[in-house]
Amino acid sequence: MTEAAVVGFAQSPCGVREDATTSGVEMLVPIFAEVFGATGLTKADIGFWCSGSCDYLAGRAFSFVSAVDAIGAVPPAMESHVEMDGAWALYEAWVKILTGEAEIALAYGFGKSSGAELRRVLALQLDPYLLAPLWPDSVSVAALQARLGIEAGRWTEKDMAEVAARSRAAALANPRAQVSGEVAVSELLGRPYVAEPLRAHDCAPVGDGAAVVIIASAERARDLCARPAWITGFAHRIDSGSLGARDLLAVPSAAAAGRAAGADGVEVAPVEVAELHAPFTHQEILLREALGLGGGVTVNPSGGALCGNPMFAAGLARVGMAAQAIMSGQAGRALGHATSGPALQQNLACVMEGR
Amino acid sequence: MKELAAVLGVGQTRHRSKRTDVSIAGLCREAADRALLDAGLALTDIDAVVVGKAPDLFEGVMMPELYLADALGAVGKPLLRVHTAGSVGGATGLVAASLVQAGLHRRVLAVAFEKQSESNAMWALSIAPPFSLPVVAGAGGYFAPHIRAYIRRSGAPSHIGAMVAVKDRRNGALNPYAHLQQADITLESVQASPMLWDPVRYDETCPSSDGACAVVIGDSEAAEASQAPVAWIRATAMRSEPTMFAGKDHVNPRAGAEAAAALWRQAGITDPLDQIDVAEIYVPFSWYEPMWLENLGFAAPGEGWRLTEAGETRIGGKLPVNPSGGVLSSNPIGASGLLRFAEAALQVMGKAGAHQVPGARTALGHAYGGGSQFFSMWVVSSTPR
Repeated sequence: MTEAAVVGFAQSPCGVREDATTSGVEMLVPIFAEVFGATGLTKADIGFWCSGSCDYLAGRAFSFVSAVDAIGAVPPAMESHVEMDGAWALYEAWVKILTGEAEIALAYGFGKSSGAELRRVLALQLDPYLLAPLWPDSVSVAALQARLGIEAGRWTEKDMAEVAARSRAAALANPRAQVSGEVAVSELLGRPYVAEPLRAHDCAPVGDGAAVVIIASAERARDLCARPAWITGFAHRIDSGSLGARDLLAVPSAAAAGRAAGADGVEVAPVEVAELHAPFTHQEILLREALGLGGGVTVNPSGGALCGNPMFAAGLARVGMAAQAIMSGQAGRALGHATSGPALQQNLACVMEGR
Repeated sequence: MKELAAVLGVGQTRHRSKRTDVSIAGLCREAADRALLDAGLALTDIDAVVVGKAPDLFEGVMMPELYLADALGAVGKPLLRVHTAGSVGGATGLVAASLVQAGLHRRVLAVAFEKQSESNAMWALSIAPPFSLPVVAGAGGYFAPHIRAYIRRSGAPSHIGAMVAVKDRRNGALNPYAHLQQADITLESVQASPMLWDPVRYDETCPSSDGACAVVIGDSEAAEASQAPVAWIRATAMRSEPTMFAGKDHVNPRAGAEAAAALWRQAGITDPLDQIDVAEIYVPFSWYEPMWLENLGFAAPGEGWRLTEAGETRIGGKLPVNPSGGVLSSNPIGASGLLRFAEAALQVMGKAGAHQVPGARTALGHAYGGGSQFFSMWVVSSTPR
């Protein structure tokens, strides 16, 4: 099978961006320049473009259409779009490399989550006839999941606060993070609930942002990057859309995707670094378990989604940060993970290695 | 390297203005079940699912594929959701094909739908976001000036649009799934219908439909195991360009012409008018038939209307266009592109019933979207090479 590797990554600063419209163009143009600068590529070298974004975040139909302006698609480009996180756009780009139709492909994701009340908007992802009319917002759905875990003895509020404290401390080294800092677990536990048992630190901040990843075929990768992040496994799966039909304390789609991508280290060497897309603290605990990550794995050295979660870009940014750990020589094998849908319904795993 | 891929089965719903008898999931399942039945397969035979639809505001559901995972048998499997504006149905077929061509999966189910009666497409298309050009007139108001530009450029006589409408609606009357059943439509009745967006009359405009389409795409092993004829995917192409830029040609867009050139090259076709037996072309307003005939290279610029006028695009002509009745007879927007791709497959499988083009072996499926800026197409044929 044709091999492919990540050769470039860039992301915009995460945060509420008053200067950026919902089209994504203002956030994308600078990071395209950054990733082209680092790889020495120009838009003419890109054989396939794929983006991930969502009309409901932009509050309009065809929101991705204006983002094509950021490409400068004249002459015309081979281009596609998924109504999903950019990590799935990267998957489609990877497929295009495997077919041999493109040698270099660029995936990007963008989202302006601050344009409306995000937790209310995300309620519209639920069953439109039976559930969405009740407006169960995304934070409340996650709180139900967290509550179940506490009652089942799987974690405590203190365990959750420890995830937040560790993530925020790690994010001090990430200049693109929205939230960072040293904070004591005891102090976090003294703060008020947002949706019991979730406190503010248990929930990813609402912010805007964009991310871009360039991948290349084996023939081209080494020319573009001193140490490409070779993709050794890439898979995604989805669970039921019916919250009542799912065991919210199991994430079979993450387990299956992780197994298919070789994230668990059962058949291949274990990963050293994992960037997990966990928008809530308890979900990091769930994902570590589902993905079969041992205690030796460094999780979210970037601070993860808890320190910056631009919708539809954050999953791609996780894969990009994992690739960065390899490209910079900090890790030999790394996992990038992305999630979508209520309470971790859909999951993607991308395992990469340096050679 | 690219593996061979083929359409193993095709299914669609009965398209209507309001399918109040089914939910969104029920609509999609109706098409998926028919495609699986056609392929002689069950949901458990499917390795991955690709869902396509136009803007989510058309139903008022954010990323409905999340809720559809159960109905489409996708639980525990990979599911991708494509959205490339009006071309999305075509893009959905192409993404599904690429999963097989990449060697990742053996059998992939592609489903595209729109249930326009759940919301209001005209409203969804008319939201004016800040700093963007408002398209408050909906699609018809956007495309009418480009049609006028075509008429002025080509000198086409004014009855060409009405001729296309008569042909497509009569073809639609041969297709039991088509939304509009107008066997008695005439040139005079079309020309007497109200003017909506000059020169587009009411009868020259696509309807607003609820509907879904599904295809099963398999690798060569799956195709060879099939009891029924399959449609081999000979070539695929996608191209995009911005809505507006200096030098944009809305009548003959460069993205469409370059996609077609790449498609013919890949399929080994040097004379499309001679080598393509039947074409399903995305024609939401009648005049787009001659316009796309030129953009696709079936006729020289300014000459496409002559094929229409001479009757060459009817069933029995040199290049039958839209024997299914086309977008003018059924328009569940997100599914409309996949319906073109699926009808092309049905034709080379020899399963198109009353709208079968006799002896069709090689067919084009075409879709476009946005401001004539997103193009997706495939060529299918009765033999792999």
